[in-house]
Amino acid sequence: MSEPAITLYRLQACPYCERVVRKLHEYDLAYRSRFVEPMHSDRDVVKRHSGVRTVPVIVDGHTGVTMAESANIVEYLDATYGEADAASAAADATVAGEGS
Amino acid sequence: MVEFDVVELDEAAHPEEGDMAPDFTRPLVNDEYWADVALSELTGEGPVALVFHPMDGAFPATYIWNELRDRDLDAHDVTVVGLSISSPYEHKTLIDERGLADRDVRFFSDPANGVAAEYGIVNDLDGMTGISEPRPATFVVDEDRTVEYAWVASEWPAFPEYDEFEAAVERVA
Repeated sequence: MSEPAITLYRLQACPYCERVVRKLHEYDLAYRSRFVEPMHSDRDVVKRHSGVRTVPVIVDGHTGVTMAESANIVEYLDATYGEADAASAAADATVAGEGS
Repeated sequence: MVEFDVVELDEAAHPEEGDMAPDFTRPLVNDEYWADVALSELTGEGPVALVFHPMDGAFPATYIWNELRDRDLDAHDVTVVGLSISSPYEHKTLIDERGLADRDVRFFSDPANGVAAEYGIVNDLDGMTGISEPRPATFVVDEDRTVEYAWVASEWPAFPEYDEFEAAVERVA
């Protein structure tokens, strides 16, 4: 069983996380879910990866991108795996803001 | 031991030493997150000590993990994993309360008890209609998923044969 290149840090029943999941399914992307604590202060694993304790956070091994904020992630996935020019979009995404 | 008869369980048709341990995938919980993991992924990295235990919060779960923690089972070159019907949230509490957060111990969550069915060790709980869990059991499984050691409770309640289990871990580690 090979490890999917994409890891999604998520919270059970978090609508922002489900929004990203729908997008991953839309583009038929393999991913591994890591479910984290409801308590913000206990999410050190997320902070180590992304610098923030909010979820969702995506770590995309295809492009080396780590990103928080569902709106940013959806935009990134559209740009990288959608109709747009995938290569240049991925490059742009790495410098896109992390949001609040 | 107690001075009265305990419940004798029917003989379990569980994997014996030399058999292939059934593979399964369930959420595996550590102190920070949980993710689906297959037993075969763990054995791919080395031998695994697999502990089926009563639901988190029941006193046998407390005693078993206190004992295995105090024996430093995870200090050997094996992957130590528990499995119960408890949810990942309950496993996180168990990890915290048993002082396992900084130890190399993780827990599979199997609320539907399907893994126990695969292993032939389902224990229906009297007085808790609709709930079954694994009977207490310990296995040591090597890199090829071959069972090197198997102990399954033949009565209820029962606790692992800790010395035997630890010796089996030392043989494969």
